[in-house]
Amino acid sequence: MLKIENLHARVEGKDILKGLTLSVNPGEVHAIMGPNGAGKSTLGNVLSGREGYEVTAGSVTFQGRDLLALEPEDRAAAGVFLAFQYPVEIPGVNNTYFLRAALNAQRKQRGEAELDSMQFLKLVREKLKIMQISDELLHRAVNEGFSGGEKKRNEIFQMAVLEPKLAILDETDSGLDIDALKQVAQGVNALRSPDRAFLVITHYQRLLDYIEPDFVHVLADGRIVESGDKTLALKLEEHGYAWVNDRDPALAHGARA
Amino acid sequence: MSPSPAPVPFIDALREAGSVRLPGSGLAWLDAARRENLEAFMAAGLPDTRAEAWKYTALRALGQRRFALGDAAAASHPVDPYALTLPGIDGPRLVFVNGVFRADLSRLEALLPGLSLQPLSRVLENDPEPLRFALNRHYREAGDAFAQLNAALAGDGVVLRVAPGVRVNKPIHLCFAGTPAQADAAWHVRNVIELGENAELDLVEHHLATAQHKHLGTLVSDIVVRDGAKLQHALLQNAADESTLIRRGSVHLGAKAQAAMHVLELGGALVRHDLHAQLRGDGARFGTRGVFVLRGRQHVDTQLSIRHQALNTASESIWRGVADERARGVFRGAIVVAEGADGSDASLSNKNLLLSTQAEIDTKPELEIYADEVKAAHGATVGQLDERALFYLRSRGLPNAEARGLLTAAFCRAVFTSLPNETLRDHFSDALLARLPS
Repeated sequence: MLKIENLHARVEGKDILKGLTLSVNPGEVHAIMGPNGAGKSTLGNVLSGREGYEVTAGSVTFQGRDLLALEPEDRAAAGVFLAFQYPVEIPGVNNTYFLRAALNAQRKQRGEAELDSMQFLKLVREKLKIMQISDELLHRAVNEGFSGGEKKRNEIFQMAVLEPKLAILDETDSGLDIDALKQVAQGVNALRSPDRAFLVITHYQRLLDYIEPDFVHVLADGRIVESGDKTLALKLEEHGYAWVNDRDPALAHGARA
Repeated sequence: MSPSPAPVPFIDALREAGSVRLPGSGLAWLDAARRENLEAFMAAGLPDTRAEAWKYTALRALGQRRFALGDAAAASHPVDPYALTLPGIDGPRLVFVNGVFRADLSRLEALLPGLSLQPLSRVLENDPEPLRFALNRHYREAGDAFAQLNAALAGDGVVLRVAPGVRVNKPIHLCFAGTPAQADAAWHVRNVIELGENAELDLVEHHLATAQHKHLGTLVSDIVVRDGAKLQHALLQNAADESTLIRRGSVHLGAKAQAAMHVLELGGALVRHDLHAQLRGDGARFGTRGVFVLRGRQHVDTQLSIRHQALNTASESIWRGVADERARGVFRGAIVVAEGADGSDASLSNKNLLLSTQAEIDTKPELEIYADEVKAAHGATVGQLDERALFYLRSRGLPNAEARGLLTAAFCRAVFTSLPNETLRDHFSDALLARLPS
């Protein structure tokens, strides 16, 4: 589904990703772990098409298409969803109106019929079972005045409505207390399916207690330096990121714990 | 000012203006006032950018144009009445085409008792005496060049009076339509509006074009809101793309009088809008909210001037500007709290959005306070769309243009939420959205 090969990317003249290679198949949950500055968020931003990230080498194909050649909105229509680490507050834009406009824009792009307001409302009611957010938040401006937990729940709710093929969770656990974390994880788990893949980017192993990954990759200094199953996350938790560096002396001086 | 060797075409075209017959010509007092104003205008000419009030709006190109003195066929141009309608507005209507009253397009039957609504041309021909005092005062008031030009040449307009205590139950629709004529025409309209004590009035002023033209229109409105009266004034300016519109409105508010004005400026190549409010009675309240949305090479200059002259008066102004392509917007908001106007509360917010690197908006809030215990706040910004918000919307699938439109509309939205007529509010929102780039 997603094939990242030897990806190099640069932000503000600084090389961040330095040859990242990763393959994700439908139905799989991949966790990307790594210390601060390893390039975790850059990976999410490059995949979703944020401006300011310059890809200097390598390729990303998504379902056979060159993902990097697509505009952000076209990536969304192709089925890529990024749950933001810091969801943006947008005063004056109604949350529900925005979500319907986004869904219909995607459907239009895919040549599917747009949903009228009744159909959309029905869909919203159904998806609220997956990720409960209050009616009041639905009718407010996008993320405006939402608490940290509400913002993250809103991200997962959007994901439920938009039904992407590949969901990238960018440090969705950051700033959440344990209850909020469990709620978000439940929402994600409810959306797991054989044809949907997840890339879960996180600094801490804690989230993976609730969203069980099929694969864990350790990102350090812009590259994947270790891959394994979920037990790798536990080893990291026990030994810290320094342990990875120790196993790869060539990287030891470049990575930060 | 020294006389220039070659006559300015704009002024030159007015040489015969003194002998043109206008409604009310022959009334000695009116003839004298018109003549004085014409002479004063022709002697001083169009203001140039050395004048502070015209710093950002150059009139050189306008000065090079030669406008016909009115449009002789204005009374007979065919106009589709449907084009004049506004949703939610079905009360009395006064329609002017190229500055001339059109009875055939207006609705003046069965007016509420206590409401007097007539075209100025008819008042001047039939019963000018009651207007003599007001017009004489307005025509001799210190105004700018265009106020003088308007005083000299206005032959039509709106004369509206609401008797004390009368609540006008339906909005009054004032419609100013521009339509192509044989030549580029200049029209001049003068409105005299008075709300008696505790009267209430809802006014909708609508500028539109039936087809493209390059006319110059000047409109001067003198509005008096007596003690305890309430005025709602909505203004939708959708004039022809290549037209020039100079609008000057003044509002005088008595004790506990209230006026709220909502302005949506969309049309015109060159638009100048002067809005003066004087809060003369204790406890008077004045609110203005407006937005201009510009594109192409449009130039819109808004000059807001509010004077607090009595105790415990309040004014709130919220203005937004959006400029795309090579458009130019100017906003000056001047608030004066005069000596003795203690306890006044004045706030002014002006935020502007540039959608293109070649667009420009100049904003200048000014605050002068000579009273005590005054609350005053003002702020002005010029910026661009928030790139983070734009990416967020696009990452969810909204195409770039749609996302930009959504954010721009959101930027303007606060301006019209306080417009009480819901149908009209929706229409303003739709007109705004239709104008935004997509």
